[in-house]
Amino acid sequence: MIWNKQYESLASEDLRKLQTKRLQNIAHIVYTKVPFYKKKMDELRVKPDDIKDISDIVRLPFTSKDDMRNVYPYGMLAVDQKEIVEIHTSSGTTGKPVVAAYTRNDIELWSEVMARTLSMGGAASHDVIQNAYGYGLFTGGLGVHYGARKIGANIIPISGGNTKRQLLVMADFHTTILTCTPSYSLYLAEAAKEEGVDISKLTLKAGFFGAEPWSENMRKEIEEKLRLKAYDIFGLTEIIGPGVAAECENQDGLHLFEDHFYPEIIDPATGKQLPVGEKGELVITTITKEGTPVIRYRTRDITYLEPGVCSCGRTSRRMHRLLGRTDDMLIIRGVNVFPSQIEQVLFEIEGVEPHYQLVIERIDRLDDLEVQVEMNENLFSDKIKNLEKAEQNIAHKLYSALAIHAKVTLVEPKTISRSEGKAKRIIDNRQM
Amino acid sequence: MKIKQISVFIGNKKGRLALVTEVLSKANIDIRALSLADTADFGMLRMIVDDPDRCSAVLKKHDFVVQETDVIAVEVTDTPGGLHAILKIFDENNINIEYVYAMVEKRKNAAAVIFRVEDQQKAIDVLAKKDIALVDSDSLKR
Repeated sequence: MIWNKQYESLASEDLRKLQTKRLQNIAHIVYTKVPFYKKKMDELRVKPDDIKDISDIVRLPFTSKDDMRNVYPYGMLAVDQKEIVEIHTSSGTTGKPVVAAYTRNDIELWSEVMARTLSMGGAASHDVIQNAYGYGLFTGGLGVHYGARKIGANIIPISGGNTKRQLLVMADFHTTILTCTPSYSLYLAEAAKEEGVDISKLTLKAGFFGAEPWSENMRKEIEEKLRLKAYDIFGLTEIIGPGVAAECENQDGLHLFEDHFYPEIIDPATGKQLPVGEKGELVITTITKEGTPVIRYRTRDITYLEPGVCSCGRTSRRMHRLLGRTDDMLIIRGVNVFPSQIEQVLFEIEGVEPHYQLVIERIDRLDDLEVQVEMNENLFSDKIKNLEKAEQNIAHKLYSALAIHAKVTLVEPKTISRSEGKAKRIIDNRQM
Repeated sequence: MKIKQISVFIGNKKGRLALVTEVLSKANIDIRALSLADTADFGMLRMIVDDPDRCSAVLKKHDFVVQETDVIAVEVTDTPGGLHAILKIFDENNINIEYVYAMVEKRKNAAAVIFRVEDQQKAIDVLAKKDIALVDSDSLKR
């Protein structure tokens, strides 16, 4: 079902006009309300009135994650603070996270794009949606929640974790739609087997899985094991949270809600826009968001825009599922982690040298992060309990800074390779 | 009196212990007592050797993390109840033991046991009061 036939199926000329008008408006707003953007635009000698067409977007400056951190906490705000009704931050960052502040209209916008998303998988008011994304600062939980509410579905705000209760609720409440990370859905499927829950008796019909990369093979496995149709959804806190793009029933690329979020693919090295079908970095501009509008945000995600129009009736462009990153960001159990953040935590612990290696495995369907730290004389003791305490201390510090559970292992010095001066810090053994 | 123990961190990797013994063998260092403790992640080798300073130096040269720690080596009569007599003294004097292991060789009619306790000086004093002999570092040299 198409939630908003008018906007999701606009004729391309009408869409272009709408995008142009909205971009002109947002360029004007950020230029007058956000000093950070005025400065950037002045440096590029571009004025809001220079935007005559959506294609003029290439004249506007890019925004990086660091840019957003540098103006933490409220430097991206384009409205009076009293207009803000909700604040979220990006996950898994040390020090300063990226702040997304929503006005009442932004929450309405978020509800709208998430209602579109859930409708793509057939969600309607009679559906029971078990929302196992985490509620809180993380945008996953509340994003799905608002969309489900807009549709008028039965929402179970169960949040993440507590697998036994998830299975109990799934069976007893006749859940029809499951929302969580793809890896957690497989974990639930395995746990169901162990708990003696008969999946053939469950009433699941669709699942919306995002917040971490997955593959076609994983989709097949999830669909077979949970007997539902698995949809890939995409979003990021900087833009809105979930609800930037989602798959329709054809499962052939993710429809971008481009009447609100204007997509571009660029060459990450030169910043030049690339034509449809060419692989590059996804860049998104929020052309309607009020609280913290973002111009040409460099997502660091690699993908391409699918050529052609989808047969589902929506005219919006589609992006291929994510193909990788332009940086070394890892997504571990849905939490974004940069190796540099782990390095910083280690650096701040006395006696620990920042020679480390990250080993990521998928064990029992869940990501497992091992942080190997090189032993040195400051850390060493003849008492084993002191060494175990050191391991626990590092694990604890990583958890408080990054909200990730890591197993810390002390290894012998110089056993982490330092080829050409640049250590190979990441061993990702996950089979997606 | 205290003697020097060498502790070596052994990573959970194949052949690491053999490398330690190879290094010591080539440096002509004699191991007089040894204990290997292990956890899920790593091992800890503790040794009494004839020349601790040189032992420590050669291992460090091979990038091992090494620490020298003072321990006490107690002569224990080689009869049933011999070790218990010592432990009883420690217990009565509230001396907590961190770890304990035995010497490799048998000395005269006595065995020697290595103790690492919380308060080493107190342990030495109470043992002296009971006329229990400690092994000195000179007797470890060949």
